Parts: sequence; C-alpha cells; structure tokens
Amino acid sequence: MKKGNLLFICGLVIVVFFILVSIFAPLIAPYDPTSINVKEIFQAPSSKHIFGTDELGRDVFSRVVYGTRVSIFVGFVAVFISIAIGTILGLVAGYFGGIVDIILMRFVDIMLCFPSFFLILAVIAFLSPSLTNVMIIIGLTSWMGVARLVRAETMSVKSRNYIIAAKVQGIKNSIILFKHILPNVASPIFVTATLGVAGAILTESALSFLGLGVQPPTPSWGNILTSGKDNIMFAWWLSLYPGLAILVTVLGYNLLGEGLRDILDPKSKKFGN
Amino acid sequence: MKRLASLLLLFLIVLISGCSDNSAKNEGLSNGQSNVSDSKFGDALVEGSIGDASNLIPILATDSSSHSVAGLIYNGLLKYDKDLKLTGDLAEGYEVSEDKKIITFHLRKGVKWHDGAPFVSEDVKFTYELIVDDKTPTAYDSDFRLIERVEIPDNYTVKVFYKVPYAPALASWTTSILPSHLLKGVEITKSPLQRKPVGTGPYKFFEWKPGDSITLVANTSYFEGSPNIERYIFRIIPDSATMFLELLNGTIDLMGLSPLQYAKQTDNPRFKERYNKYKYLSNSYTYVGYNLKNPLFQDKRVRQALTYATPKDDIIEGALFGLGTRATGPYKPTSPWYNPDVKKYDYNLEKAKKLLSEAGFVDKDGDGILEKGNLKLKFTIITNQGNSSRSMVAEILQNSWAKIGVKVDIRILEWATFINEYIDKRNFDAVILGWTIPLEPDLYDIWHSSRCEGKNLNFICFQNAEVDKLIQDARVEFDFDKRKKMYDRIQEILAEEQPYTFLYVGESLIALSNRFENIEPAPAGLMHNFIRWYVQKENRKYFFTQ
Amino acid sequence: MVPLIIGITFISFVVVHLAPGDPTQFLSSMNPKISETAREKFIKMYNLDKPVYIQYFLWLKKFVKFDFGESFSQDRKKVIDKILERLPVTLWLNIASMVLVFAIALPLGVMSAYLRDTIFDKAVTVFVFVGFAIPTFWLALLCMYYFGVIVGVLPISGLTSYNFESMTLFEKIIDIIKHAFLPVFLSVFGSLAGLSRFARNSMLDVLNEDYIVAARARGIGEGRIIFKHALKNALLPVVTIIGLSVPGLIGGSVIFESIFSIPGMGQLFYQSVMMRDYPVIMGILVIGAILTLLGNLLADIMYAVVDPRIRYKKRAG
Repeated sequence: MKKGNLLFICGLVIVVFFILVSIFAPLIAPYDPTSINVKEIFQAPSSKHIFGTDELGRDVFSRVVYGTRVSIFVGFVAVFISIAIGTILGLVAGYFGGIVDIILMRFVDIMLCFPSFFLILAVIAFLSPSLTNVMIIIGLTSWMGVARLVRAETMSVKSRNYIIAAKVQGIKNSIILFKHILPNVASPIFVTATLGVAGAILTESALSFLGLGVQPPTPSWGNILTSGKDNIMFAWWLSLYPGLAILVTVLGYNLLGEGLRDILDPKSKKFGN
Repeated sequence: MKRLASLLLLFLIVLISGCSDNSAKNEGLSNGQSNVSDSKFGDALVEGSIGDASNLIPILATDSSSHSVAGLIYNGLLKYDKDLKLTGDLAEGYEVSEDKKIITFHLRKGVKWHDGAPFVSEDVKFTYELIVDDKTPTAYDSDFRLIERVEIPDNYTVKVFYKVPYAPALASWTTSILPSHLLKGVEITKSPLQRKPVGTGPYKFFEWKPGDSITLVANTSYFEGSPNIERYIFRIIPDSATMFLELLNGTIDLMGLSPLQYAKQTDNPRFKERYNKYKYLSNSYTYVGYNLKNPLFQDKRVRQALTYATPKDDIIEGALFGLGTRATGPYKPTSPWYNPDVKKYDYNLEKAKKLLSEAGFVDKDGDGILEKGNLKLKFTIITNQGNSSRSMVAEILQNSWAKIGVKVDIRILEWATFINEYIDKRNFDAVILGWTIPLEPDLYDIWHSSRCEGKNLNFICFQNAEVDKLIQDARVEFDFDKRKKMYDRIQEILAEEQPYTFLYVGESLIALSNRFENIEPAPAGLMHNFIRWYVQKENRKYFFTQ
Repeated sequence: MVPLIIGITFISFVVVHLAPGDPTQFLSSMNPKISETAREKFIKMYNLDKPVYIQYFLWLKKFVKFDFGESFSQDRKKVIDKILERLPVTLWLNIASMVLVFAIALPLGVMSAYLRDTIFDKAVTVFVFVGFAIPTFWLALLCMYYFGVIVGVLPISGLTSYNFESMTLFEKIIDIIKHAFLPVFLSVFGSLAGLSRFARNSMLDVLNEDYIVAARARGIGEGRIIFKHALKNALLPVVTIIGLSVPGLIGGSVIFESIFSIPGMGQLFYQSVMMRDYPVIMGILVIGAILTLLGNLLADIMYAVVDPRIRYKKRAG
C-alpha cells in the first residue's frame, strides 16, 4: 500500500465505523429513539443526554445512532436497485447491440435529460413519502450512469477472444453475460456503487428538508436535521450532530470510492512516485 | 446604520426624480394625496407571508395569502368588529323582515372605488349574480344559492329575498363586494382585476412581483379616513426559518410565529429591542376524529376512554409550549357560543381502563393490547405532514394510549394523498386534524348526518337525530339567546358522545415591530384598527415620495 | 431530437399521472364553507374526467404549438408565462455558479493531478468532498444566520432589495451581487467535487500517455508539458460535463430557492408538486429536459471547437 491510500483508509474506517454503529444500534443507544418526554424538551448536551434532547424530549444521541441504520439502509437499498437495473440494461445493451442497444440507450438519454431531483420530488410527493418509496424512487432515478458504464465495458470485453470462443462453443448468452462478462465489469460498478451510497444519503436529507423524506417518528439523519433547522439559533445540538453524521459518512463513502478507483484502475498505477 | 441612512437618502432622491415612473404604474396614487396633511402619515409595514397570493378577486381564491391581501383592498357589506360582532361596513345598517326571509341593507353614501367610480347598490347585486353564476369557479357559492332574488330599489338600498329563513345569511354578506363597472360582461377568469384588483378598501393595489412581494398603498380617500401607514408590503418567504432570520434582521415588521419561535427564540436582545409579541386565541381547534363506521369506535365508552387517556395539558405543553387552551367542543372558550358546562375529561388512566373493561375489552392473550373477541384495540392514526404540532400530538397519544393497552400506529401523509385516499374515501381509523372555527356558529357541514356521504366533511360519519334537529332549527333562528340554547345542547351531546377527542385551541402568535403605535389587541386580533396605527416621525424606516 | 422530446413528454406525463389524487381538494383545504359544486366545475373545466390517454393527446396537440395550457392554480395563468417569469432567475444563478465552478474546479483538479499524492492533492480532495458531503440547506442556514444576522453584511433572502428600482446602476449591481452571493457560493462549494475530480482523473490519464512520457524523456520543461500538451487534451472530455451537469444544477435549485426565497423555477416546481398543478409540473419537466438537451448540444459543439480531430473530420466530410 502506498501512502496515497491514506484517504482511502480514512474512508474505509469511517464507512466500517458507521456500519458497525448501525448494526449495534440497540446496544449503543442509551434510550429508545422514539420515546418522548415532554418534561425534558430542548435540553442542551449533558452527561445524561450527550447530544441533548429534541423538541419532544427524545434523546438526540439515540436518534442519531438509530438514524445511522435508516440512512445507511436507504443508501444501500437505493444503490442496489440502481446498480441492478443499470447493470442488467447495460449488459444487455452492450452485449446484444443493434436495435436493442439503440432503444435502451435512447431511453437512458431521455432519463438523463430530466433533472433527477425534480423527478424524485414529483414521484415521492405523488406516491406519499415513506422509507420504502424513498429508497425505490432514488434507485429508479439513478441507474442511468451505471447502465452507460456497464454497456461501454461490456462492449470492450465482448470482443475478447475467450468470449468469442465461449459463443462458438454454444454456451448460453445468459451464462456468458453473468459468468464471463459481469466479473470483468465488476470493479467500476463497485466504485460507482460506493459513490452512489453517498449520493442517496444526501438525496434523502434534501427530501427531508422539503418534508418528503423518511417520515417521523422513524429517525433518519435527514429528518432529525430538518426538525433541527427551525431551532438552529438556540438548540444548535439538534442540527449539529446529524449534520456532522451526514457530512462524515458521505465524505467517507466518497473517499472510499475514489480510493477504490485508484486501486482498481490499472492505468493510474503507472504514474506517480 | 449610517450606510443604511445614506442609502435611504439616495433612495429618496431617486424616487423624487423617478416619480413620474411610479405614478404611471398606478394612476390612482396621486388622487386625493393632497388631503393628507396629518403628520402621522408615512412609513410602511412589511409583513412576511409564507406563500404568494394566487388571485386577488377573493371569491376565486381559497388560499389565506390571497385573502389577507384582498382583506385590505375590499370591503363587505358587513364586517366583524373588534369584539367579533357583526357590524356595518359598506352597509350603514340592515333590517331583517318579520318572516326572516328578507334582509334590507342600507348602503353607505359617497364611497368610491379606487378608480374613482362611485360605489352603488348595483355592485352588490352584481357580486351576488357573479357568485351564483355557474361559469364562476368560486367555492363560496353555497350560502348565496339560498337567495331567491336581489332587488335594488335605489342606488343605496339592497333587498335580499331568501327562499327560507337562514340565520347564517348575515355572515355571508361579509363577502368582498366587487366593482360591477369593471367586471360586468367580462369573463371573470380572464379579468385583469385578478392581478390588479380595484376595491373600496383602505389600501389600493400598487405592484405584484410574483413570488417576491405584493405592495399596496394607502387609499387616502378611504371612507373611514385615510390609513396612516403609507404602504403595506407583503414579502413572500416560503421557508419559516428564513423568515424568522429576516425578522431578527429587522427586514420584516410583522409575522406569525410558531409556538416554538414564540416560546424559545424571542428571548434575545435582538428581538426584544425591535419587536413586541402578541397572542390571542386563534380561530381553530385541533382534534382526534374517530371513524365511527369502524367497529372499534362504535361504543362511546371506548371513545370516552381514549379521551380520558389523552393528556391534553401535556399536549399543549409539548406541542404548543403552553400556548393554547383545552378544547371541549367545536367553539373556542372566548366565543359567545361556547358552553362551559359540558362533561370534562381530565386525564385519568384508571377511568379509561375501567371504561374499556366495561366495554368488554380485556387483554386475553397477554400481548399488552386489549381485545374483545376478534377485535383488537389496535389502529392507525393518520395526519398530514408539514404540521409538526400534529405529529407531536400523534406521538404523545401513541405513548399515552399504550398505557391503557391501546396500540397505535402513526402514519403521516402528504396532504393530497391524505385527503384523496384516506379522508375522502373514509379509509382511516382515526385522524388528527384541525378545523377553522367560522365566526358564524352553524355546524351543519361538519356535524349533520347528511354530510356523511360522498366527500363531505362529516367524514367520521357522526349521526345523531337530536343533533340533526338542533342544527336545522338553529339555522332558521335569528335570536341570539334562543340560538345559543340550541348550540349549548349540541355541545353537551358532543361532549358525552366524544366522536372527536377535542384537543386544543392554539394561540395566534404575532411579532410586530415596536415602531408602530396605537395597537389595540382585541378578541378579533390586532388588525381591526390597522388604519389608525402610525409611526412617529423619528422612528420611520421607509420613505416614499408623495 | 424529436424522438427524445416525445419520450420526454411521455415520461413526464406518466410521472404526473402516477398521482393517486386529483388537484381539486385544494379548493377546499378542509374549509367547511367551500361548496361541493366547485369541485365538479373544476374537473369539467380541465378535462379531468377524460381518459388519461386522451388527456395526453390533448396535451401533445397543444404542445406542438408551444402551448403548455393553463395552470390549475387559482391564478389561472398560462403555464408558459409562469415558467418564463421564473426561468431567468434560475438561469442567471445557475450560469453564474457554473462559470465559477469551472473557474475554480478546473485549476484545482489539474493541480491535484500534477501534484498527485502530495499534501496539496489530499487537502484539495478533502476540501471538495466536504463541499459535496455537507447538507446544503444546513450550511445555508448557518451562513444566513452568521453573515445575515450576526455580522449583518449580507441580505438574508430574496433577489433584490425592496427599493431596488430606485437604485443607481452601480447600487443595483452591488445589490444583486450581495443577494446572489450566498446561494451561488454554496452551490459552487457543493459542485466543486464532481468537476475537479473529473479534471484530475482526466489529467492523470493524459499524464500517463506515452507522448507525455516521451516529452519528459526528451527533457522538455515541466511547464511546457503541462500547459502545452497535457492540459489541452485533458480538458477535452471535461467539456462534455457541461451538458450533463445542467439537470443537476436545475434540480439543486429547489433547495436553494426555497431557503433563500428566490422566486425561480425550482421553487415553482416544488409548489406545483405540492398543489398538484399538473400543467405546470409537466411544463417544467419538459422545459427542464429540453434545456438539458440544449446543454448537451452546446457541449457537442464546444467539443468540436476544441478537438482538432473532430474539426478535421468535419473538413474532410
């Protein structure tokens, strides 16, 4: 490992840390994140509530810890959906080419023309915002880049000799696609996925700002931050901690993704000291 | 500060030189300007508005922004005074005939539209005809459809003939009267008055920058005397946090505060130096409505139990920071129609449990949730998003009702979905919502059994023969005392039946710049004497040329 | 182009008609004094009782004449007027921030590539990613509070001061810049990451190319290598990003415009969505997408201008 990978390691540490937090949330959180206590509203951070309490007297630390689950879950599922769609369409378009390719890529072009946040906003508002809808819709509106990438990689891989050989042997297309081509395009997909998680977490928080994100009482970083925004002047702790959590996590995924790109991309290895 | 002063000076100079430019925008501005010699005249009030107005012909708009702008531009025949009593506005007086079917209005003489044309009875007749015209997309026609005909024997008398005696009729004449001479024969939805209104009110329309601001200027020849504040400016700021920052910065003079802002964010020198806070009971109450078609809620003991287990004071403390008062029925405690002697439900978990067990609900399978046969006391409360108090109420109820063995899920829905898919289709268990309390006490739309069908507003489907009869009788009774007796009885029945758990009446909370003087808080709020407000010369902030 | 535009209108229409509700409930807003007939009148007036495909067809027929119909909201303005009223503001802020993003991100990216793995490179990486990772509305509120209220040097929201019309030209310019400063600054800070990383990677690729390595071997000065040979080739693919970044910028405007009370297209879109104002939603989606198409076209043209190979091809053909 070269020293250039320091940022990558930082990213990895951050990502792993928050995944652990989300897995062990019930052990870490000292309180039930949804239990309200009208007598303890807006308490500043103290030894009892290390991140303070919110407008319903709920423990902000517990909410941020549980929010990790929701936010990361949103990120992962949304990205899984977008990767699945993008990969399948990209593979199909790149491998079969011809009219299939033209139609699919036209569709990608059309989808890319829309300001995706507008699409997400409209669809979520119409279908009513909920955890499930937020994940699905972010996924459904962010697969186009993956599709283009996978298609390009597939086209370059499919002309290699072993693929041609496999075709000649009469191996089924589906097997060639998934067994021989997919592994070759996996690394750029992996990089995109990592960056995608960061994007999805941010999108959820932006939706929350407009009241269309994950709905309370389920805590997501986005909605904790949003309910804190009206109190930013006197209850800074309400928006500081979820804000930092988003900042650090998104940064972590970005650093990880960029680091992966450097490691996985054979070209960039040549240059440098 | 110095910079600001020099800027304002510059502003003044430029305005003087660019004066002709301004008057081109509104030819009415120079009219009657000369009779303003009063030293109180000047300055402007900037109000923060969360939404832009949609249409300034008020019968075509249902949003509150449009109505608050239009309220300064138009007058009705009648208006509510500072004690919320009906009194004359464009009408000097009125009589109701023996058989209660004819109302005669005597109009004020010498009133002029902003364009100088005289206001006459024809305008009233025209407004009525416009409202009931099928081509007019108005939402306010139902009261006027009970009118048989309107006669105008002379320019200053209007006789309205009703098909049946109808007590709420008087209140309906607070509707803004529109200028016949500008609207007659014009397709109303194409009229330029939608964006450049002409009325009779204390302020004249000056300028509308969509999404940014609406500016009105004083109507110096207003029939009750010229307002002192020269301009009224609505600034549109869609985010409440941003609006509050603007307030702290001194760039807006008047805004409605949330309970949170009122209670927690005004305790700083920046606010105290510049603003006064006002509060008065608002015209709305918040409630939990139970879908009475749902077998869970058919036994009134269940509903009573839920009300007993509702910590109203905690809710007011938690969701409103104490800025509200308990609701016990459909009128607010300061209303003349309020009946204080109805059954009260103080927070009492024991009583709640007892009532539930009397109703046959016990926890047989030990899962902490009561049941009766196949019926589990488990349901979903829905409410609309974007109202944090309501979500808080839902969460407080969820917590509290769990203590008596009632399991509640919460769903918070976007408004359109909420109304279309749940309320209109009667597809809900319980709902947290609010009603505005109209000043007219009629309860027909919400509580009469006939309003249960279709998409009407009795969506919980409350059906009670006695209430139906009382509502109908009260509608034809003009005598206050007799009418009040009927509404008192209805309030008793509602308190006993608990089709709603009435939660609270919140307070209207206002921050107003302290440079304005002569404010007189009253049951009607602050604005009732707005035209008499003024700013001392040395405190003025905005300067306009005359 | 044409099939793309038809596809765009079709998808917009599908999105808009996913809605389970109809826009009429906003007439009532739970006000007991609102009559029932109002709803029926409304439905008739806007053909909402017709089957969806007929509504689409009706819409398309008007669209070819650039008629987007009339807004459902109570102002009954023409959709195109509503959008044109708001479009300039959004365009001005977006173009301003795009220009700044290019002016800042490109040098950063190029320098990072050249100084790869140095402290500078890492600092830049962290800096641009912090910009990307920070929730914009949160930072916006903090900046508004600090610069607007506490320090008091910048206005909090809006596009111009109330007395804008009476200002001198110079004051007007200052006023506009002051109002635009925070929204533009924040949107630039948030968008640096994408472009600077792209520029960095693209530059790295070029620096690995044989001809650069060869140039180095020949002992050509580093400065010349970077500016004469590498930079030009590295910046080529960056041009394509212009077109692709249009939708992101427009989309981001929803948040900025709501926070800073800027009456632009994002705000209009959000309000229309919440009001179920179908014609306006359709109009904005379609116009937004067409703007992106134009952005792509512009990028293609620029690419052709910068890339000698394409020019050569054109001459040959």
